[in-house]
Amino acid sequence: MFTFEDLQQKNPALEFQKVDVGGDEAALVSRNDILEVASRLKNEFGFDQVMDALGHDRMEKRDRFEITYNLRNHTTKQRIFLKVRCDERDAHVPSLVSVWTGANWHEREAYDMFGVSFDGHPDMRRMYLPDDFEYYPLRKDFPLMGVPGSLPLPHHEDADPRFDLANGGE
Amino acid sequence: MSLIDDQSTIARPTVDEVPPRQKIVEALMSKDSTVTLDTLEHEMVLNLGPQHPATHGVLRVLLRLDGETIVSAETELGYLHRGYEKLAENMTYHEYIPHTDRLDYISPVANNVAYVMAVEKLLQLEVPKRGQYIRVLCCELARISSHFMALGALAMDIGALTVFVWALREREKLYDIFDVLTGVRFTVSYMRIGGMAQDISDDSITMIRAFLDGLDDAVNDIGAMLNKNRIFLERTAGIGIMEPQEALELGWTGPNLRASGIAADLRRDNPYLVYNELDFKVITRSECDVLARYFVRFEEIRESAKIIRQCLDKLPNGDFMARDAKRVLPKKGEVYSSMEELINDFMLVNFGQAAPVGEVYHAIEAAKGELGWYLVSNGTGFPWRSKIRSPSFVNLQGLSRLLEGCMISDIVAIIGSIDPIMGEADK
Repeated sequence: MFTFEDLQQKNPALEFQKVDVGGDEAALVSRNDILEVASRLKNEFGFDQVMDALGHDRMEKRDRFEITYNLRNHTTKQRIFLKVRCDERDAHVPSLVSVWTGANWHEREAYDMFGVSFDGHPDMRRMYLPDDFEYYPLRKDFPLMGVPGSLPLPHHEDADPRFDLANGGE
Repeated sequence: MSLIDDQSTIARPTVDEVPPRQKIVEALMSKDSTVTLDTLEHEMVLNLGPQHPATHGVLRVLLRLDGETIVSAETELGYLHRGYEKLAENMTYHEYIPHTDRLDYISPVANNVAYVMAVEKLLQLEVPKRGQYIRVLCCELARISSHFMALGALAMDIGALTVFVWALREREKLYDIFDVLTGVRFTVSYMRIGGMAQDISDDSITMIRAFLDGLDDAVNDIGAMLNKNRIFLERTAGIGIMEPQEALELGWTGPNLRASGIAADLRRDNPYLVYNELDFKVITRSECDVLARYFVRFEEIRESAKIIRQCLDKLPNGDFMARDAKRVLPKKGEVYSSMEELINDFMLVNFGQAAPVGEVYHAIEAAKGELGWYLVSNGTGFPWRSKIRSPSFVNLQGLSRLLEGCMISDIVAIIGSIDPIMGEADK
């Protein structure tokens, strides 16, 4: 079974911090290292599937956002997690689409929900929400009820103002 | 007097002056394609969906065409985005169970199982054997239900409406079973953290056995209609080919991946519940096309029936719910008659299970592929983050790749063979 110590043997300069994700192997690596770690994981340790990539708002001053990649080795059936963090003011991490093409939509979703952009992503658009939406809804400071008026609603010039949702009607 | 007395003075814009309205159009036009355009004269951009019956919900695909050939395609999701991950952060673990039904609404009970198993992994809660067998049974019933829908819808999109009606007839029997088993026909919310809402009754066992006895004939009927049907074969064979390596890289799972020749099945690879005590085959085909995906689902229905039979034969006696007063909801009868249970019920309903701080991921092999939950807990009764890993979302990622180079009429067959459920893909 693969452990991140195996990876460190190949690259002694690599720094990582072990994390526990339900008993599976998981590690937090720095933004500068992640591309190299990812390509080593794929080419040398056979992690050929990226099952998921998820954002997570930690609500802390430093390293507010965390992106977790859910990787799987199809041959050994092992699942590991690779994490990377970034600050709110500097919210971007390297994209892993160049390593696993399957990360494409997952990273777009994380961008859509948290506003963390991925450098080198071929198609950095919003996944679910409209292109002109200004907020990132899964951030903890976004209210559950939404921001009134943030989404343009369809309305007609002749609409009864009482029922015209776009203009503050009920 | 002039015939035109009130001429409009608005300058007519030319097409070139109007900028592309949306980023999706730009993305489509700048996309690389393996298909070479004949002449640009026949180029056209066509919008498929979101309101189109063949898109199985609200899937929108933007197509760049050369005549009838698709040069490139761009998929857009989000027309059914309801923010279930945000909602999950604002309710207790129990409260969220009914919401999981609305993800893959074709097989709701499997979603329940996937979610509660993730929560149980977080709480380190063990479900008794009987409960585990009932869960496997429910998951497989859900798989049959989902595969019937997939087969029926694929056949209907191609033109075989009879198969759709036959498939729905079988699903109607399944709904009747769920009605007796869980008390609800459609969105069942049957699972609870630590077990399920009620034990399996003798009535429902009888109904399931009767259903399984008739299932073989129903599957044979569909097979007789399609498996050697020349029209069906010509519409599906060799269409929408997904190479194994590419399918793996895209993160495909479930029947779609198995139809690309890769025998990946979480039930066998990372067994959960009691799947390691049951005997079943992982159906794999190597043709990688629409027809292969059809056949994988077709054969998996019988495998699921085999699993259900084994579950019914091996069903052990005993508890179906874990005994853990602090974390498992007490029985209603006890809540009304005993003070201790009333207090526990009150605490669990209002404040939730105080899960330990940590992160877990648990996935099951749902009908469409790997369905998992990634939960982050900060020690309160509410999850800090609840991420749904939905198979339909990932499988759809391969759609634009599959459509490239196909004809317009192949689109419905390809979408039908991927079997996306937009409730799940859009969360």
